[in-house]
Amino acid sequence: MDMTKSRKFQDIIVKTVIYVFLFLGAVSMAIPYIWMFVTSIKPIEEIQSYPPSFIVKHPTALPYQDLFTLIPMWRYIFNSIYVAGAVTVANIFFCSLAGYAFAKHRFWGRDKIFFVLLGSLMIPWQVNLISGFILMRKLGWLNSYNALIIPVMAGVFGVFLCRQFIMSIPDDLVDAAKIDGCSEFTIYRLVILPLIKPVLATLAIFTFLQQWNSFIWPLIVINSSSMRTLPLALAVLNGQFGTNFAMVMAGAVVATTPMLIVFLSFQKYFMKGIALTGLKG
Amino acid sequence: MKKKKGFFTALNEQKWSYIFIAPAVLLFLIFVVGPLIASFYWSFTEYNGIHPPKWVGLGNYKNIFFNDPRFWKSIRNTIFYTVGVIPPGVALSLMLAIAVDQQIRFKNFFRVIYFIPSVTSIIALSVIWKWLFAGEKYGLINYFLILTGLKPIDWLMSPTWTLPAIMIMSIWAGIGYNMILFLAGLQTIPTTVYEAADIDGANMLDKFWHITLPLLKPTMVFVVIMGFIASFQVFERIYIMTETEFGIGGVLDSALTVVAYLYDMGFRKFQMGYASALGYIVFIVIFAVTLINLKFIKSKVEY
Repeated sequence: MDMTKSRKFQDIIVKTVIYVFLFLGAVSMAIPYIWMFVTSIKPIEEIQSYPPSFIVKHPTALPYQDLFTLIPMWRYIFNSIYVAGAVTVANIFFCSLAGYAFAKHRFWGRDKIFFVLLGSLMIPWQVNLISGFILMRKLGWLNSYNALIIPVMAGVFGVFLCRQFIMSIPDDLVDAAKIDGCSEFTIYRLVILPLIKPVLATLAIFTFLQQWNSFIWPLIVINSSSMRTLPLALAVLNGQFGTNFAMVMAGAVVATTPMLIVFLSFQKYFMKGIALTGLKG
Repeated sequence: MKKKKGFFTALNEQKWSYIFIAPAVLLFLIFVVGPLIASFYWSFTEYNGIHPPKWVGLGNYKNIFFNDPRFWKSIRNTIFYTVGVIPPGVALSLMLAIAVDQQIRFKNFFRVIYFIPSVTSIIALSVIWKWLFAGEKYGLINYFLILTGLKPIDWLMSPTWTLPAIMIMSIWAGIGYNMILFLAGLQTIPTTVYEAADIDGANMLDKFWHITLPLLKPTMVFVVIMGFIASFQVFERIYIMTETEFGIGGVLDSALTVVAYLYDMGFRKFQMGYASALGYIVFIVIFAVTLINLKFIKSKVEY
Protein backbone atom coordinates (compact mmCIF):
# COMPACT_ATOMS: atom_id res chain seq x y z
CA MET A 1 0.00 0.00 0.00
CA ASP A 2 2.75 2.40 0.96
CA MET A 3 4.73 1.38 -2.11
CA THR A 4 1.94 2.29 -4.50
CA LYS A 5 1.37 5.59 -2.74
CA SER A 6 4.98 6.68 -3.11
CA ARG A 7 4.95 5.40 -6.70
CA LYS A 8 1.94 7.56 -7.41
CA PHE A 9 3.54 10.55 -5.77
CA GLN A 10 6.69 9.99 -7.80
CA ASP A 11 4.61 9.74 -10.97
CA ILE A 12 2.96 13.08 -10.29
CA ILE A 13 6.31 14.78 -9.77
CA VAL A 14 7.76 13.25 -12.92
CA LYS A 15 4.72 14.27 -14.93
CA THR A 16 4.89 17.83 -13.64
CA VAL A 17 8.56 18.10 -14.57
CA ILE A 18 7.78 16.75 -18.03
CA TYR A 19 4.94 19.20 -18.58
CA VAL A 20 7.02 22.17 -17.42
CA PHE A 21 9.91 21.10 -19.64
CA LEU A 22 7.70 20.58 -22.69
CA PHE A 23 5.77 23.76 -22.07
CA LEU A 24 8.87 25.95 -21.71
CA GLY A 25 10.29 24.36 -24.84
CA ALA A 26 7.06 25.00 -26.72
CA VAL A 27 7.11 28.64 -25.68
CA SER A 28 10.67 29.05 -26.90
CA MET A 29 9.64 27.44 -30.19
CA ALA A 30 6.72 29.81 -30.61
CA ILE A 31 8.34 33.11 -29.57
CA PRO A 32 10.38 33.69 -32.76
CA TYR A 33 7.28 33.12 -34.91
CA ILE A 34 5.11 35.35 -32.74
CA TRP A 35 7.82 38.00 -32.76
CA MET A 36 8.02 37.76 -36.55
CA PHE A 37 4.29 38.33 -36.89
CA VAL A 38 4.10 41.05 -34.24
CA THR A 39 6.98 42.96 -35.84
CA SER A 40 5.39 42.68 -39.28
CA ILE A 41 2.34 44.67 -38.18
CA LYS A 42 4.17 47.26 -36.06
CA PRO A 43 4.60 50.88 -37.07
CA ILE A 44 8.23 52.11 -37.05
CA GLU A 45 7.85 54.10 -33.83
CA GLU A 46 6.78 51.01 -31.93
CA ILE A 47 9.63 48.92 -33.34
CA GLN A 48 12.10 51.53 -32.12
CA SER A 49 10.47 52.08 -28.73
CA TYR A 50 11.91 50.53 -25.60
CA PRO A 51 11.12 48.14 -24.00
CA PRO A 52 10.13 45.91 -26.93
CA SER A 53 6.58 44.71 -26.57
CA PHE A 54 4.47 41.84 -27.87
CA ILE A 55 1.43 44.10 -27.79
CA VAL A 56 0.94 46.24 -30.86
CA LYS A 57 -0.83 49.48 -29.97
CA HIS A 58 -1.50 50.63 -33.52
CA PRO A 59 -1.32 47.67 -35.90
CA THR A 60 -0.53 48.60 -39.47
CA ALA A 61 -0.58 46.83 -42.83
CA LEU A 62 2.02 49.22 -44.19
CA PRO A 63 4.90 46.70 -44.15
CA TYR A 64 2.80 44.37 -46.30
CA GLN A 65 1.85 47.21 -48.62
CA ASP A 66 5.53 48.08 -48.96
CA LEU A 67 6.30 44.45 -49.63
CA PHE A 68 3.85 44.20 -52.51
CA THR A 69 4.56 47.61 -54.02
CA LEU A 70 8.30 48.18 -53.58
CA ILE A 71 9.24 44.73 -54.86
CA PRO A 72 7.34 42.38 -57.24
CA MET A 73 6.20 40.05 -54.46
CA TRP A 74 3.37 38.46 -56.44
CA ARG A 75 5.85 37.51 -59.10
CA TYR A 76 8.09 35.84 -56.49
CA ILE A 77 5.16 33.94 -55.05
CA PHE A 78 4.26 32.78 -58.55
CA ASN A 79 7.88 31.78 -59.27
CA SER A 80 8.07 29.71 -56.10
CA ILE A 81 4.76 27.94 -56.72
CA TYR A 82 5.58 27.34 -60.37
CA VAL A 83 9.07 25.95 -59.77
CA ALA A 84 8.16 23.82 -56.75
CA GLY A 85 5.00 22.58 -58.48
CA ALA A 86 6.72 21.67 -61.74
CA VAL A 87 9.60 19.90 -59.98
CA THR A 88 7.15 17.96 -57.81
CA VAL A 89 5.02 16.76 -60.73
CA ALA A 90 8.11 15.79 -62.70
CA ASN A 91 9.57 13.87 -59.76
CA ILE A 92 6.37 11.97 -59.12
CA PHE A 93 6.29 10.83 -62.72
CA PHE A 94 9.96 10.13 -63.45
CA CYS A 95 10.83 8.63 -60.06
CA SER A 96 7.90 6.23 -60.03
CA LEU A 97 8.57 5.24 -63.63
CA ALA A 98 12.23 4.48 -62.97
CA GLY A 99 11.42 2.98 -59.57
CA TYR A 100 9.00 0.58 -61.24
CA ALA A 101 11.58 -0.56 -63.80
CA PHE A 102 14.24 -1.03 -61.12
CA ALA A 103 11.84 -2.96 -58.88
CA LYS A 104 9.99 -5.23 -61.28
CA HIS A 105 11.85 -5.47 -64.58
CA ARG A 106 14.79 -7.70 -65.36
CA PHE A 107 17.24 -6.01 -67.69
CA TRP A 108 20.94 -5.91 -68.29
CA GLY A 109 22.85 -3.74 -65.83
CA ARG A 110 19.83 -3.10 -63.63
CA ASP A 111 21.49 -3.56 -60.25
CA LYS A 112 24.74 -1.90 -61.29
CA ILE A 113 22.95 1.20 -62.58
CA PHE A 114 20.82 1.37 -59.47
CA PHE A 115 23.83 0.97 -57.21
CA VAL A 116 25.64 3.85 -58.95
CA LEU A 117 22.54 6.07 -58.64
CA LEU A 118 22.23 5.22 -54.97
CA GLY A 119 25.92 5.85 -54.34
CA SER A 120 25.51 9.37 -55.69
CA LEU A 121 23.42 10.22 -52.63
CA MET A 122 26.73 10.44 -50.80
CA ILE A 123 27.89 13.29 -53.02
CA PRO A 124 27.46 16.64 -51.32
CA TRP A 125 26.02 19.32 -53.61
CA GLN A 126 28.88 21.76 -52.94
CA VAL A 127 31.21 19.81 -55.16
CA ASN A 128 28.99 20.64 -58.15
CA LEU A 129 28.29 24.25 -57.26
CA ILE A 130 30.87 25.77 -59.60
CA SER A 131 30.53 23.28 -62.44
CA GLY A 132 26.74 23.37 -62.22
CA PHE A 133 26.83 27.13 -62.59
CA ILE A 134 29.17 26.93 -65.59
CA LEU A 135 26.97 24.25 -67.16
CA MET A 136 23.90 26.46 -66.81
CA ARG A 137 25.79 29.33 -68.40
CA LYS A 138 26.94 27.15 -71.30
CA LEU A 139 23.35 25.99 -71.83
CA GLY A 140 22.15 29.60 -71.69
CA TRP A 141 19.88 28.75 -68.78
CA LEU A 142 21.04 31.36 -66.26
CA ASN A 143 18.07 33.44 -65.09
CA SER A 144 15.55 30.95 -66.43
CA TYR A 145 13.03 28.48 -65.07
CA ASN A 146 14.97 25.77 -66.92
CA ALA A 147 17.88 26.13 -64.53
CA LEU A 148 15.60 25.87 -61.51
CA ILE A 149 13.48 22.98 -62.75
CA ILE A 150 15.23 20.66 -65.21
CA PRO A 151 18.31 19.54 -63.21
CA VAL A 152 16.14 18.37 -60.30
CA MET A 153 13.29 16.74 -62.21
CA ALA A 154 14.16 13.19 -61.11
CA GLY A 155 15.85 13.01 -57.74
CA VAL A 156 17.76 9.82 -56.98
CA PHE A 157 16.22 9.61 -53.54
CA GLY A 158 12.74 9.61 -55.07
CA VAL A 159 13.71 6.75 -57.38
CA PHE A 160 15.03 4.82 -54.40
CA LEU A 161 11.88 5.47 -52.36
CA CYS A 162 9.59 4.34 -55.20
CA ARG A 163 11.67 1.25 -55.91
CA GLN A 164 11.58 0.12 -52.28
CA PHE A 165 7.83 0.58 -52.14
CA ILE A 166 7.09 -1.09 -55.49
CA MET A 167 9.23 -4.12 -54.55
CA SER A 168 6.63 -4.92 -51.88
CA ILE A 169 3.91 -5.24 -54.53
CA PRO A 170 3.39 -8.94 -55.43
CA ASP A 171 4.84 -9.94 -58.82
CA ASP A 172 1.61 -11.78 -59.56
CA LEU A 173 -0.26 -8.52 -60.08
CA VAL A 174 2.21 -7.39 -62.72
CA ASP A 175 2.32 -10.84 -64.35
CA ALA A 176 -1.46 -11.10 -64.47
CA ALA A 177 -1.69 -7.76 -66.22
CA LYS A 178 0.95 -8.94 -68.67
CA ILE A 179 -1.00 -12.08 -69.45
CA ASP A 180 -4.03 -9.91 -70.08
CA GLY A 181 -1.94 -8.24 -72.75
CA CYS A 182 -1.40 -4.88 -71.07
CA SER A 183 1.50 -2.85 -72.43
CA GLU A 184 4.30 -1.94 -70.05
CA PHE A 185 3.10 1.63 -69.77
CA THR A 186 -0.46 0.49 -69.10
CA ILE A 187 0.78 -1.75 -66.28
CA TYR A 188 2.63 1.22 -64.81
CA ARG A 189 -0.40 3.48 -65.12
CA LEU A 190 -3.19 1.12 -64.10
CA VAL A 191 -1.53 -1.37 -61.75
CA ILE A 192 1.47 0.32 -60.15
CA LEU A 193 0.45 3.97 -59.84
CA PRO A 194 -2.80 3.39 -57.91
CA LEU A 195 -0.96 1.11 -55.46
CA ILE A 196 1.86 3.50 -54.64
CA LYS A 197 -0.21 6.57 -53.86
CA PRO A 198 0.96 6.75 -50.21
CA VAL A 199 4.63 6.85 -51.12
CA LEU A 200 3.92 9.35 -53.89
CA ALA A 201 2.15 11.58 -51.36
CA THR A 202 5.25 11.50 -49.15
CA LEU A 203 7.50 12.14 -52.12
CA ALA A 204 5.31 15.03 -53.30
CA ILE A 205 5.25 16.72 -49.90
CA PHE A 206 8.99 16.50 -49.42
CA THR A 207 9.89 17.51 -52.95
CA PHE A 208 7.61 20.52 -52.77
CA LEU A 209 8.93 21.52 -49.36
CA GLN A 210 12.53 21.13 -50.45
CA GLN A 211 12.01 23.19 -53.59
CA TRP A 212 9.94 25.84 -51.85
CA ASN A 213 12.78 26.37 -49.36
CA SER A 214 15.66 25.84 -51.78
CA PHE A 215 18.16 28.68 -51.69
CA ILE A 216 21.72 27.98 -52.80
CA TRP A 217 21.02 26.83 -56.32
CA PRO A 218 18.68 29.76 -57.06
CA LEU A 219 21.26 32.07 -55.49
CA ILE A 220 23.93 31.13 -58.02
CA VAL A 221 21.84 30.67 -61.18
CA ILE A 222 19.37 33.55 -60.78
CA ASN A 223 20.53 37.10 -61.10
CA SER A 224 17.63 39.06 -62.49
CA SER A 225 15.07 40.46 -60.11
CA SER A 226 12.01 39.04 -61.87
CA MET A 227 13.19 35.41 -61.69
CA ARG A 228 13.74 35.22 -57.94
CA THR A 229 11.98 32.65 -55.80
CA LEU A 230 10.70 33.54 -52.32
CA PRO A 231 13.79 32.55 -50.28
CA LEU A 232 16.01 34.45 -52.69
CA ALA A 233 13.71 37.46 -52.57
CA LEU A 234 13.80 37.31 -48.80
CA ALA A 235 17.61 37.22 -48.83
CA VAL A 236 17.74 40.25 -51.12
CA LEU A 237 15.14 42.01 -48.97
CA ASN A 238 17.36 41.29 -45.96
CA GLY A 239 20.30 42.85 -47.79
CA GLN A 240 18.56 45.89 -49.28
CA PHE A 241 15.89 46.72 -46.72
CA GLY A 242 17.69 45.16 -43.76
CA THR A 243 16.93 48.12 -41.51
CA ASN A 244 13.21 48.03 -42.30
CA PHE A 245 12.59 45.14 -39.93
CA ALA A 246 8.82 45.30 -40.30
CA MET A 247 9.05 44.80 -44.04
CA VAL A 248 11.58 41.97 -43.76
CA MET A 249 9.39 40.23 -41.18
CA ALA A 250 6.35 40.70 -43.44
CA GLY A 251 8.37 38.97 -46.15
CA ALA A 252 9.19 36.14 -43.74
CA VAL A 253 5.51 35.79 -42.90
CA VAL A 254 4.63 35.51 -46.59
CA ALA A 255 7.39 32.95 -47.21
CA THR A 256 6.55 30.89 -44.11
CA THR A 257 2.76 30.81 -43.94
CA PRO A 258 1.95 28.64 -47.00
CA MET A 259 4.28 25.82 -45.88
CA LEU A 260 2.97 26.14 -42.35
CA ILE A 261 -0.59 25.63 -43.55
CA VAL A 262 0.43 22.66 -45.70
CA PHE A 263 2.31 21.18 -42.76
CA LEU A 264 -0.53 21.63 -40.29
CA SER A 265 -2.98 20.01 -42.71
CA PHE A 266 -0.75 17.06 -43.61
CA GLN A 267 1.37 16.76 -40.45
CA LYS A 268 0.90 13.01 -40.16
CA TYR A 269 2.46 12.49 -43.59
CA PHE A 270 5.40 14.70 -42.61
CA MET A 271 6.15 12.85 -39.37
CA LYS A 272 5.69 9.43 -40.94
CA GLY A 273 7.79 10.38 -43.93
CA ILE A 274 10.65 11.53 -41.73
CA ALA A 275 10.49 8.47 -39.52
CA LEU A 276 10.41 6.19 -42.56
CA THR A 277 13.09 7.78 -44.63
CA GLY A 278 15.19 10.02 -42.43
CA LEU A 279 14.66 12.57 -45.16
CA LYS A 280 15.75 16.10 -44.41
CA GLY A 281 12.91 18.61 -44.66
CA MET B 1 8.71 -21.81 -61.46
CA LYS B 2 10.39 -19.16 -63.57
CA LYS B 3 8.89 -18.44 -66.95
CA LYS B 4 11.15 -18.78 -69.92
CA LYS B 5 10.81 -15.81 -72.15
CA GLY B 6 11.30 -15.68 -75.88
CA PHE B 7 14.21 -13.58 -77.01
CA PHE B 8 11.99 -10.96 -78.57
CA THR B 9 9.71 -10.69 -75.57
CA ALA B 10 12.77 -10.15 -73.42
CA LEU B 11 14.13 -7.55 -75.80
CA ASN B 12 10.76 -5.81 -75.84
CA GLU B 13 10.60 -5.73 -72.07
CA GLN B 14 14.18 -4.54 -71.84
CA LYS B 15 13.41 -1.76 -74.29
CA TRP B 16 10.64 -0.53 -72.01
CA SER B 17 12.87 -0.84 -68.97
CA TYR B 18 15.46 1.41 -70.51
CA ILE B 19 12.82 3.90 -71.62
CA PHE B 20 11.43 3.97 -68.09
CA ILE B 21 14.78 4.63 -66.41
CA ALA B 22 16.04 6.94 -69.19
CA PRO B 23 14.82 10.29 -67.78
CA ALA B 24 16.27 9.67 -64.32
CA VAL B 25 19.54 8.27 -65.67
CA LEU B 26 20.04 10.97 -68.31
CA LEU B 27 19.37 13.78 -65.84
CA PHE B 28 21.79 12.11 -63.46
CA LEU B 29 24.51 11.85 -66.11
CA ILE B 30 24.11 15.43 -67.34
CA PHE B 31 23.59 17.26 -64.08
CA VAL B 32 25.52 15.15 -61.58
CA VAL B 33 28.20 13.05 -63.26
CA GLY B 34 29.17 15.62 -65.88
CA PRO B 35 29.66 18.46 -63.39
CA LEU B 36 31.45 16.07 -61.03
CA ILE B 37 34.05 15.30 -63.69
CA ALA B 38 34.32 18.92 -64.78
CA SER B 39 34.91 20.21 -61.27
CA PHE B 40 37.47 17.45 -60.68
CA TYR B 41 39.40 18.71 -63.70
CA TRP B 42 38.98 22.36 -62.74
CA SER B 43 40.28 21.65 -59.25
CA PHE B 44 43.70 21.21 -60.89
CA THR B 45 43.48 24.47 -62.81
CA GLU B 46 43.43 28.19 -62.40
CA TYR B 47 40.03 29.20 -63.72
CA ASN B 48 38.09 32.43 -63.41
CA GLY B 49 35.04 31.23 -65.31
CA ILE B 50 35.80 33.39 -68.35
CA HIS B 51 39.27 32.60 -69.67
CA PRO B 52 40.13 28.98 -70.45
CA PRO B 53 41.34 27.06 -67.39
CA LYS B 54 45.11 26.90 -66.90
CA TRP B 55 46.59 23.62 -65.59
CA VAL B 56 48.38 24.06 -62.25
CA GLY B 57 48.58 20.44 -61.14
CA LEU B 58 48.25 20.06 -57.40
CA GLY B 59 48.80 23.79 -56.95
CA ASN B 60 45.33 24.56 -55.59
CA TYR B 61 45.41 21.74 -53.08
CA LYS B 62 48.92 22.67 -51.97
CA ASN B 63 47.89 26.28 -51.49
CA ILE B 64 44.77 25.30 -49.60
CA PHE B 65 46.58 23.09 -47.13
CA PHE B 66 49.87 24.95 -46.69
CA ASN B 67 49.29 28.52 -47.64
CA ASP B 68 45.77 29.54 -46.80
CA PRO B 69 45.00 30.82 -43.30
CA ARG B 70 41.39 31.60 -44.33
CA PHE B 71 40.83 27.94 -45.16
CA TRP B 72 42.13 26.81 -41.78
CA LYS B 73 40.07 29.50 -40.10
CA SER B 74 36.99 28.18 -41.90
CA ILE B 75 37.83 24.62 -40.82
CA ARG B 76 38.25 25.73 -37.22
CA ASN B 77 34.94 27.59 -37.37
CA THR B 78 33.17 24.61 -38.91
CA ILE B 79 34.50 22.25 -36.25
CA PHE B 80 33.58 24.71 -33.50
CA TYR B 81 30.09 25.00 -34.97
CA THR B 82 29.69 21.23 -35.28
CA VAL B 83 30.93 20.45 -31.78
CA GLY B 84 28.82 23.24 -30.31
CA VAL B 85 25.60 22.30 -32.08
CA ILE B 86 25.44 18.50 -32.17
CA PRO B 87 25.89 17.43 -28.50
CA PRO B 88 23.42 19.91 -26.99
CA GLY B 89 21.04 19.42 -29.92
CA VAL B 90 21.10 15.64 -29.59
CA ALA B 91 20.73 15.74 -25.80
CA LEU B 92 17.78 18.14 -25.96
CA SER B 93 16.00 16.30 -28.73
CA LEU B 94 16.45 12.95 -26.95
CA MET B 95 15.00 14.44 -23.78
CA LEU B 96 12.09 15.86 -25.75
CA ALA B 97 11.45 12.55 -27.51
CA ILE B 98 11.38 10.66 -24.21
CA ALA B 99 9.13 13.32 -22.65
CA VAL B 100 6.69 13.29 -25.57
CA ASP B 101 6.69 9.48 -25.57
CA GLN B 102 5.20 9.33 -22.04
CA GLN B 103 1.51 9.02 -21.26
CA ILE B 104 0.76 12.73 -21.43
CA ARG B 105 -1.86 15.05 -22.82
CA PHE B 106 -1.33 17.36 -25.82
CA LYS B 107 1.20 14.89 -27.22
CA ASN B 108 0.46 15.84 -30.77
CA PHE B 109 0.49 19.55 -30.04
CA PHE B 110 4.04 19.28 -28.67
CA ARG B 111 5.24 17.20 -31.57
CA VAL B 112 3.83 19.67 -34.07
CA ILE B 113 5.17 22.79 -32.41
CA TYR B 114 8.71 21.42 -32.09
CA PHE B 115 8.67 20.32 -35.68
CA ILE B 116 7.54 23.63 -37.20
CA PRO B 117 11.06 25.03 -37.75
CA SER B 118 11.85 21.96 -39.87
CA VAL B 119 9.26 23.04 -42.43
CA THR B 120 10.21 26.71 -42.35
CA SER B 121 12.68 27.97 -44.92
CA ILE B 122 16.08 28.42 -43.32
CA ILE B 123 16.20 31.85 -44.94
CA ALA B 124 13.04 32.90 -43.10
CA LEU B 125 14.41 31.45 -39.84
CA SER B 126 17.67 33.30 -40.34
CA VAL B 127 16.06 36.70 -40.93
CA ILE B 128 13.82 36.16 -37.90
CA TRP B 129 16.78 35.29 -35.69
CA LYS B 130 18.83 38.12 -37.11
CA TRP B 131 16.10 40.40 -35.83
CA LEU B 132 15.97 38.57 -32.47
CA PHE B 133 19.74 39.01 -32.16
CA ALA B 134 19.66 42.69 -33.16
CA GLY B 135 22.24 44.75 -31.29
CA GLU B 136 21.89 47.28 -28.48
CA LYS B 137 18.57 47.05 -26.73
CA TYR B 138 16.23 46.61 -29.68
CA GLY B 139 16.77 42.90 -30.12
CA LEU B 140 14.44 40.74 -28.10
CA ILE B 141 17.27 38.53 -26.85
CA ASN B 142 19.25 41.50 -25.61
CA TYR B 143 16.12 42.75 -23.87
CA PHE B 144 15.90 39.45 -21.98
CA LEU B 145 19.59 39.74 -21.10
CA ILE B 146 18.97 43.22 -19.71
CA LEU B 147 15.95 41.94 -17.77
CA THR B 148 18.08 39.27 -16.12
CA GLY B 149 20.68 41.89 -15.22
CA LEU B 150 23.22 41.01 -17.92
CA LYS B 151 24.81 43.34 -20.42
CA PRO B 152 23.44 43.44 -23.97
CA ILE B 153 25.68 41.82 -26.57
CA ASP B 154 26.30 43.09 -30.09
CA TRP B 155 25.74 39.53 -31.31
CA LEU B 156 26.21 39.69 -35.06
CA MET B 157 28.81 42.47 -35.06
CA SER B 158 31.16 40.90 -32.54
CA PRO B 159 33.79 38.38 -33.62
CA THR B 160 33.27 36.47 -30.37
CA TRP B 161 29.51 36.10 -30.56
CA THR B 162 28.56 35.82 -34.22
CA LEU B 163 29.12 32.09 -34.54
CA PRO B 164 27.64 31.23 -31.12
CA ALA B 165 24.52 33.23 -32.06
CA ILE B 166 24.13 31.20 -35.24
CA MET B 167 24.74 28.01 -33.26
CA ILE B 168 21.98 28.86 -30.80
CA MET B 169 19.58 29.27 -33.70
CA SER B 170 20.75 25.99 -35.22
CA ILE B 171 20.14 24.03 -32.02
CA TRP B 172 16.69 25.58 -31.76
CA ALA B 173 15.88 24.84 -35.39
CA GLY B 174 17.10 21.25 -35.38
CA ILE B 175 15.70 19.66 -32.23
CA GLY B 176 12.20 18.97 -33.61
CA TYR B 177 13.54 17.01 -36.55
CA ASN B 178 15.86 14.91 -34.39
CA MET B 179 13.07 14.45 -31.88
CA ILE B 180 10.96 12.76 -34.55
CA LEU B 181 13.85 10.45 -35.43
CA PHE B 182 14.38 9.54 -31.77
CA LEU B 183 10.64 8.99 -31.33
CA ALA B 184 10.71 6.53 -34.22
CA GLY B 185 13.69 4.83 -32.56
CA LEU B 186 11.87 4.62 -29.23
CA GLN B 187 8.95 2.82 -30.88
CA THR B 188 11.30 -0.02 -31.86
CA ILE B 189 12.13 -0.82 -28.23
CA PRO B 190 9.77 -3.58 -27.06
CA THR B 191 7.72 -2.61 -23.98
CA THR B 192 8.39 -6.07 -22.54
CA VAL B 193 11.99 -5.04 -21.89
CA TYR B 194 10.78 -2.19 -19.69
CA GLU B 195 8.24 -4.43 -17.97
CA ALA B 196 10.96 -6.93 -17.14
CA ALA B 197 13.05 -4.10 -15.70
CA ASP B 198 10.04 -2.94 -13.63
CA ILE B 199 9.75 -6.39 -12.11
CA ASP B 200 13.45 -6.26 -11.27
CA GLY B 201 12.76 -2.99 -9.47
CA ALA B 202 14.74 -0.74 -11.79
CA ASN B 203 14.15 2.99 -11.40
CA MET B 204 13.74 5.49 -14.23
CA LEU B 205 17.40 6.40 -14.50
CA ASP B 206 18.43 2.72 -14.55
CA LYS B 207 16.00 2.13 -17.38
CA PHE B 208 17.31 5.11 -19.31
CA TRP B 209 21.00 4.16 -18.99
CA HIS B 210 20.66 0.40 -19.37
CA ILE B 211 17.73 0.02 -21.79
CA THR B 212 16.78 3.17 -23.67
CA LEU B 213 20.24 4.48 -24.45
CA PRO B 214 21.88 1.21 -25.62
CA LEU B 215 18.88 0.22 -27.71
CA LEU B 216 18.73 3.67 -29.29
CA LYS B 217 22.30 3.36 -30.52
CA PRO B 218 21.41 2.95 -34.22
CA THR B 219 19.19 6.04 -34.14
CA MET B 220 21.83 7.91 -32.19
CA VAL B 221 24.53 7.09 -34.72
CA PHE B 222 22.25 8.11 -37.57
CA VAL B 223 21.31 11.41 -35.91
CA VAL B 224 24.91 12.27 -35.09
CA ILE B 225 26.23 11.43 -38.55
CA MET B 226 23.43 13.30 -40.33
CA GLY B 227 24.04 16.19 -37.97
CA PHE B 228 27.72 16.14 -38.79
CA ILE B 229 27.04 16.17 -42.53
CA ALA B 230 24.57 19.03 -42.21
CA SER B 231 26.93 21.01 -39.97
CA PHE B 232 29.83 20.52 -42.31
CA GLN B 233 27.73 21.98 -45.13
CA VAL B 234 26.26 24.87 -43.16
CA PHE B 235 25.88 27.87 -45.41
CA GLU B 236 22.50 29.62 -45.77
CA ARG B 237 22.26 30.84 -42.18
CA ILE B 238 25.83 32.14 -42.35
CA TYR B 239 25.03 33.92 -45.60
CA ILE B 240 21.91 35.65 -44.24
CA MET B 241 23.19 36.53 -40.80
CA THR B 242 26.62 37.82 -41.80
CA GLU B 243 26.22 39.24 -45.30
CA THR B 244 27.49 42.80 -45.75
CA GLU B 245 28.68 44.69 -48.81
CA PHE B 246 32.18 43.44 -48.01
CA GLY B 247 31.30 39.77 -48.22
CA ILE B 248 30.07 36.99 -45.99
CA GLY B 249 31.50 35.32 -42.90
CA GLY B 250 31.20 38.02 -40.26
CA VAL B 251 33.72 40.38 -38.70
CA LEU B 252 37.28 39.06 -39.11
CA ASP B 253 35.88 35.91 -40.77
CA SER B 254 34.64 34.93 -37.32
CA ALA B 255 31.74 32.93 -38.79
CA LEU B 256 33.31 31.88 -42.07
CA THR B 257 32.55 28.18 -42.54
CA VAL B 258 34.04 25.92 -45.21
CA VAL B 259 31.11 26.18 -47.60
CA ALA B 260 30.78 29.92 -47.03
CA TYR B 261 34.46 30.17 -47.93
CA LEU B 262 33.89 28.04 -51.05
CA TYR B 263 31.05 30.36 -52.10
CA ASP B 264 33.15 33.43 -51.41
CA MET B 265 36.08 32.15 -53.47
CA GLY B 266 33.90 30.91 -56.34
CA PHE B 267 31.24 33.54 -56.71
CA ARG B 268 32.70 36.67 -55.13
CA LYS B 269 36.38 36.32 -56.02
CA PHE B 270 35.83 34.19 -59.13
CA GLN B 271 38.64 31.77 -58.33
CA MET B 272 36.64 28.88 -59.63
CA GLY B 273 39.48 26.37 -59.91
CA TYR B 274 40.41 27.01 -56.30
CA ALA B 275 36.76 26.77 -55.24
CA SER B 276 36.41 23.47 -57.11
CA ALA B 277 39.32 22.09 -55.11
CA LEU B 278 37.60 23.25 -51.92
CA GLY B 279 34.46 21.48 -53.13
CA TYR B 280 36.38 18.24 -53.54
CA ILE B 281 37.79 18.52 -50.04
CA VAL B 282 34.26 18.88 -48.67
CA PHE B 283 33.24 15.95 -50.85
CA ILE B 284 35.97 13.67 -49.54
CA VAL B 285 35.27 14.49 -45.90
CA ILE B 286 31.54 13.89 -46.24
CA PHE B 287 32.04 10.77 -48.32
CA ALA B 288 34.32 9.31 -45.66
CA VAL B 289 31.85 10.09 -42.89
CA THR B 290 28.99 8.57 -44.87
CA LEU B 291 30.97 5.37 -45.39
CA ILE B 292 31.58 5.14 -41.64
CA ASN B 293 27.86 5.69 -41.19
CA LEU B 294 27.02 2.83 -43.54
CA LYS B 295 29.34 0.54 -41.61
CA PHE B 296 27.63 1.46 -38.36
CA ILE B 297 24.17 0.93 -39.80
CA LYS B 298 25.17 -2.53 -40.99
CA SER B 299 26.38 -3.52 -37.53
CA LYS B 300 23.12 -2.86 -35.73
CA VAL B 301 22.89 -3.70 -32.06
CA GLU B 302 21.26 -6.93 -31.07
CA TYR B 303 19.00 -7.64 -28.19
